[in-house]
Amino acid sequence: MIKKIAFGAAGLAIAATTVFAASHANSPFAGAIKARQAHMQLYAHNIGILGAMAKGAVEYDSIAATAAASNLAALSLLSQAGYWPQGSDAESVEGSEALGAIWKNYGDVSEKSGALVEASQMMVGAAGSDLASLQDAMKELGGACGACHKSYRKPQS
Amino acid sequence: MKRVAILFVCLALFGASVFWIITIPKKTDPREIAGLQPDLEQGAAVFIAGGCASCHAAEKAEGEAKLILTGGRAFPSDFGTFYAPNISRDLENGIGHWSAIDLVNAMRHGTSPKGKHYFPAFPYGAYKNATLQDIVSLFAYLMTLPAASDQNRPHDVKFPFDYRRSLGGWKFLFQKSDWVLENTPTPEIERGRYLVEALGHCGECHTPRSALGGLDLSRWLGGAANPAGKGEVPNITPGKLNWSDADILAYFTTGFTPDFDTVGGHMVDVVDNLSMMPQADLNAIIAYLNAVPAVTGK
Repeated sequence: MIKKIAFGAAGLAIAATTVFAASHANSPFAGAIKARQAHMQLYAHNIGILGAMAKGAVEYDSIAATAAASNLAALSLLSQAGYWPQGSDAESVEGSEALGAIWKNYGDVSEKSGALVEASQMMVGAAGSDLASLQDAMKELGGACGACHKSYRKPQS
Repeated sequence: MKRVAILFVCLALFGASVFWIITIPKKTDPREIAGLQPDLEQGAAVFIAGGCASCHAAEKAEGEAKLILTGGRAFPSDFGTFYAPNISRDLENGIGHWSAIDLVNAMRHGTSPKGKHYFPAFPYGAYKNATLQDIVSLFAYLMTLPAASDQNRPHDVKFPFDYRRSLGGWKFLFQKSDWVLENTPTPEIERGRYLVEALGHCGECHTPRSALGGLDLSRWLGGAANPAGKGEVPNITPGKLNWSDADILAYFTTGFTPDFDTVGGHMVDVVDNLSMMPQADLNAIIAYLNAVPAVTGK
């Protein structure tokens, strides 16, 4: 009986240590994950300004649209090298939505991020000209964001 | 005692004959399409609206590669895993040896050219309402797409669902010939109904199913468990979806949700198709979604 309890206690201790170790091991990535998610949030906020005009929720304003589009273009060019440490994928770390495939397909990932650079530069031109061009450029932009999410973000619902 | 035995045998024979009769795979009389002229442009539009490539193109296909209908994509379900077949015009492994009537029977009745039942992973429950003209045009369009020689992978279906004849019973129970939304007050809503209920087969994922896999029509488009595993497919009836028409249109054309996240999961492929459709059709879909009965919850 005592033996059993001792085994049980040892088991619990091991389990507790493992859980502690796992959560502890996550912490080196917490900053990087926060940073990249904040970066996405900055995209979303600026796209929101353009999108509200595109769907007619807000009146078209070429100055505000150009400002938002220029932010996007600037954001798309920032180096993200420090955002994506190996091992910070959704399988390994809680709070991450990044699929491990990112680290296996560098070529494709950078091609897709190149597409975002292009789409946001197109948007800079479109946003300043007129509403119809802005609406057209939204499709390109949505496609660029979605292409990466489709392949490299954990499905959510 | 002997009488009881005879009665029992008679009943069994009767039951077997009823089963046999109701499970006979149905076909359309080829004379019904005899006068129809295919229109390739219309066929291409049906191909997009029907989402053929979303299942029949290779898993990671993008752009032009979506026109190569190699099949092979896996669809896990409670009944086993289905693999999309090659429907390219390859003579040996695709459907190059089919004629238009074979596609009519496949789409409207779920019946193969050899007279076997298809599994309802192929959404003939929706395509049954596709017009003969649309199917004839689609067939002509499919025959213009590239051939792919990929071999079909057999479905991995559990007993007893692997007994194809029993699918006749499934069809008898669940393959209804009418529309879900009976009244269409405007031509726009009627067009939307055709796109959502027939070609788009939206109900296949957005409507919950019974234990036998039949759609629960009382909760039409009311949201369902994701057959591929985790998560839920959302309720898109007015009982839950509170996006404005402009929000929905923006989502269909750009993939952005109202909070400027992007579309996810299988819906990515659907939005790829939607963004290629004429705006009048997208407005028709929105008009239809506003007209379906509200389902609460989920």
